[in-house]
Amino acid sequence: MEAKAGGALEVKTPVLLQSGYHVNSNTPSEAYLIPLRLTWEAGPLQAVEVVFPKPHMEKYEFSPNPLSVFTGDFELVTKFKVAADAPNGPGMALGKLRYQACNHNSCLPPKTIEVKLPVVVQ
Amino acid sequence: MRVFDSRSFVVAGMAAILLLVGCSSSKAVKAVGAAVKSDKERKAAPEFELKDADGKTVRLSDYKGKVVLLDFWATWCGPCKIEIPWFIGFERKYKDQGFAVIGVSMDEEGWTVVKPFVTDLAINYRILQGSDSTAELYGGVEALPTTFLIDRDGKIAATHVGLAGKDDFEDGIKKLVERPSAGLAGRFVPAVLFGAN
Repeated sequence: MEAKAGGALEVKTPVLLQSGYHVNSNTPSEAYLIPLRLTWEAGPLQAVEVVFPKPHMEKYEFSPNPLSVFTGDFELVTKFKVAADAPNGPGMALGKLRYQACNHNSCLPPKTIEVKLPVVVQ
Repeated sequence: MRVFDSRSFVVAGMAAILLLVGCSSSKAVKAVGAAVKSDKERKAAPEFELKDADGKTVRLSDYKGKVVLLDFWATWCGPCKIEIPWFIGFERKYKDQGFAVIGVSMDEEGWTVVKPFVTDLAINYRILQGSDSTAELYGGVEALPTTFLIDRDGKIAATHVGLAGKDDFEDGIKKLVERPSAGLAGRFVPAVLFGAN
């Protein structure tokens, strides 16, 4: 992926979720739920904003109220700013995606996975 | 990749991230609601040593001779929040019949999040801070809630993975509390044989 020093970059991160499961959205409807988070380390690319899709409100047997979730395949968009003094050449933006998934009657422990974005600053 | 203007605004896509929600595979965790097994089918519940909220070490063997409902749960687990009030009721109802509930919290943040939760829900049974090694002893406990019903001889009589039915739990508890320990059965000798005459 190419980026220009002093420029901006939007990167789409497609996420594929196993059928039958949901993850809490970035804005869960209950305080006890763990939100979906995508964070990026500071580097040649500086994350300005992560844009999440519109969540679904789904009703599950284990909750009296519908929950704000993501299901299926969706995309997260990160808006980056490229530092004006970013050194030219190849680099890597490192991110972390934290999520917690459940199906209709059980939940899996939260996980954090590393996201790597190779970038060449020109 | 599309360049939006001559300066440098770029939209790009990266490789898709597949969220493998299972711990060790992409297989979906299915709910298991097992009935109470026959004596022959039961296997010994692994011994563990965990701390309670006061820092006291608690072992499963401390409950020898009791029927134990061992619940692996977490504060972020919605289905667990449905079952916990049932377990509070079971603890109250069957405590005097040699029954106890033990909740093993799998929260990474530990007591900071667990203690307020216990207070909010007025949990009346013992809560322990779980560990991955303890979960491994019990088959990995991939999904929460996972609940084991342990008989008076320390053997696993039933396993429930995922939100189970309240009646399923209670039926199992009733069956187990009604029976004495197999280890004690036959050891009870009528007192008359030891009469003080």
